Amino acid sequence: MVNLIIDGVKVQAEEDSTILEVARFYGIDIPALCYHEDLSPYGACRLCTVEVEEKGRKRLVASCLYPVKEGLRVRTHTARIVNGRKMILELLLARCSNSKILQDMASKMGLQRLRFKPENDDCILCGLCVRMCAEQMRSGALGFIGRGDTREVVTPFREKSEVCRGCGACMYICPAMELQCRGIVSSGDLCNSCLVISPQCLEKYDQVMCYVESCGGCTQKDRIGKGGK
Amino acid sequence: MKRIKNRDDLEKLRRTIVEGRDPKRTCIAICAGTGCQAYECEKVVEAFTSEIEKQKMKGKTDIRRTGCRGFCQRGPITVVYPEGIFYQRVKSEDAKEIVSETIMNKRIVDRLLYVDPSTGQKFVFEKDVPFYNKQMRILLGHNAYVDATKIEDYIAIDGYSALEKALFEMKPEQVIDVIKQSGLRGRGGAGFPTGDKWEMCRKANGDVKYVICNADEGDPGAYMNRSLLEGNPHSIIEGMIIGAYAIGSNEGYVYVRYEYPLAVKNLTTALGQAREHGFLGKDILGSGFSFDIEIRRGGGAFVCGESTALMASIEGKVGEPRSKYVHTAEKGLWNRPSNLNNVETWANVPLIILKGANWFSNIGTEKSKGTKIFSLVGKINNTGLVEVPMGITLREIIYDIGGGIPDGKKFKAVQTGGPSGGCIPEKLLNLPVDFERLTEVGSMMGSGGMIVMDENTCMVDVAKYFLKFLLEESCGKCTPCREGIKRMLEISDNISSGRGESEDLKLLEELATVVKDFSLCGLGQTASNPVLSTVQYFRDEYEAHLDGKCPAGVCKALIEYFIHEDKCNGCGLCRKNCPENAIIGEPKKPHAIVSEKCIKCGICREICKFEAVAIT
Repeated sequence: MVNLIIDGVKVQAEEDSTILEVARFYGIDIPALCYHEDLSPYGACRLCTVEVEEKGRKRLVASCLYPVKEGLRVRTHTARIVNGRKMILELLLARCSNSKILQDMASKMGLQRLRFKPENDDCILCGLCVRMCAEQMRSGALGFIGRGDTREVVTPFREKSEVCRGCGACMYICPAMELQCRGIVSSGDLCNSCLVISPQCLEKYDQVMCYVESCGGCTQKDRIGKGGK
Repeated sequence: MKRIKNRDDLEKLRRTIVEGRDPKRTCIAICAGTGCQAYECEKVVEAFTSEIEKQKMKGKTDIRRTGCRGFCQRGPITVVYPEGIFYQRVKSEDAKEIVSETIMNKRIVDRLLYVDPSTGQKFVFEKDVPFYNKQMRILLGHNAYVDATKIEDYIAIDGYSALEKALFEMKPEQVIDVIKQSGLRGRGGAGFPTGDKWEMCRKANGDVKYVICNADEGDPGAYMNRSLLEGNPHSIIEGMIIGAYAIGSNEGYVYVRYEYPLAVKNLTTALGQAREHGFLGKDILGSGFSFDIEIRRGGGAFVCGESTALMASIEGKVGEPRSKYVHTAEKGLWNRPSNLNNVETWANVPLIILKGANWFSNIGTEKSKGTKIFSLVGKINNTGLVEVPMGITLREIIYDIGGGIPDGKKFKAVQTGGPSGGCIPEKLLNLPVDFERLTEVGSMMGSGGMIVMDENTCMVDVAKYFLKFLLEESCGKCTPCREGIKRMLEISDNISSGRGESEDLKLLEELATVVKDFSLCGLGQTASNPVLSTVQYFRDEYEAHLDGKCPAGVCKALIEYFIHEDKCNGCGLCRKNCPENAIIGEPKKPHAIVSEKCIKCGICREICKFEAVAIT
């Protein structure tokens, strides 16, 4: 076991575990989109970035990959990190403005403005489907092609892959495509309905569009000045 | 050639080679580096060969095709030894005169000498040329004496004697100590202390370890590593063998980019010769140590210069970086301890072993030792490769060595460190060049690119150029780099086309900082440098664009072409050459440009002999 400090709390963790695993075990919520506990960590979405301090030196690292070490000090929610996460989310939302998981995160993080031209993509390139197919399904029907701006997930030569069994695991694991946010009217909107939802609205409507834990909707309702949908 | 089996054999071979060479013998050394190849130096070599035969000087005169001499602006460079007479811009037609005048009659061919454009002074000898005399060419200097395809040339200048010293007189730990004491830092850009890196790799657990040479030089306009590989491949091979001995590795790779065919060819030849002579393979020089090197060619991705992407590429995987929280010295290539160094770092190693740590650490500044090769390009009089001691100022490099800005234009900025370096303004020209200082001002050492810009360069346009390059070359794995660079480009594109808003500059800075802090690898972490440094030092230029003006007259959406009535004599040249028929006017009367039709191609401005076309 190694001893480390996360957000001021002394914790113990098993060797070879990552900061994200340990933090989540202790109930500290670090957002992540390309991480899944049953797949190898990938470090691509960068939302799980935290600050670590070792031998007096501070730096930002991806918590899904960073191994815990004796005496490590971790801060998961400094101003620099929270603002950076918001910017990354804004970038992702500009890419896939309909994605429910991103809209929910925006509500939760208090992102209220989209400053980039929205695009209507569906894929956030988290690579979960690629790893799911290769690691859990032992198939490898999906992969990345292109680089930079032109990167995408496809089957080889964009044809139906010979090794695809049609198991649907890629669709199961995809965080971005499964659900579209129904709260937004036009592309580029931020729904933020979750922010203004109050617990009472469950009595009013038989179905709410999204539910976010500890949304703080009741308290923020007046400040935002936008009615629940 | 028989394999060399012990120290004495090598020394015997060296003596035979050196004694067989008369230092007073005439030798025509023709530069066959990258730049001079483009000037058709091969034809010059042919011309000299046939001319020497014709004038019956065969057997009395040697011809040597050397590696890059650095002064590419004046190629093909031809130096006549033993005197060291320096001829520039030599064409194949000049061979006859040089042989009959200089070689036969020891007379100087005046018209081929170098004339300093600023002073008008003529120089006969290489050592006097101002381009060279402020440089310190401990690495590139050897190029002059070596034909890359001849191992004898390298052995004659004490080649492989550092290897001999390391293998027979030093323990691996001692080699590492010498490198540590010398203060050598990685020349690939980050400047990590080489000795520490070696020690980490030596101490790492594992029976199989790798040493790798990074020759994936992808920065636009940079060709330092290329010239070393093409000109003196044995120095890199020797460095790698010494490194492998110190680390305890028996397998090495050189990762060369696909676009360097000559480097691959010369290196392949050199590896073959080294194997034949017993510098590579089993039981090197009878020391019991075994090591061999393989070449791996990259597929053309810039990001493969990043250590983890490079290793993925050698493994045959897609060249994508991964996190380095477990150092590659512990888990690198095929998850085994691996040590990666840049070409220039490896080339320094034999010199340090041979001449000692003190000799090396006496050169340079407190934390940056030795020399650094820069490729000095852009708006500069003397384009070429320069090797300078660390700590020299940017002003000395640009004005004393580089000869200043052409056409009397004003200096605006110098961009160091490749596409993800920063632009340094004139007020910082007295900055000493070393790893720390360059990072402090928002740029970096990088692998040694140095692009000079004059007053006609628009800094927003420059930032856009580098962002476009980086967007294409980003692997696209992590969000901040892929999406962030795209959006930075979008914002700066808006600014340069007059669609910018006042909040854009703040957003650009905010975004650039996040891309820097949150990206996965070095490419993303430094991708913001061109933006952040231009916004910092040339903020007024960005603000002018927001006001609808491009001060340098580059951004097409913000400029208009017009004709000065008093300067135009109505020759009609512009009217005839305008691709859009946007110029009207009668012969011998001032012309005018119809701005609705004008596509701002700039042909009229270039073609006008009276400087009557201008930009607002």
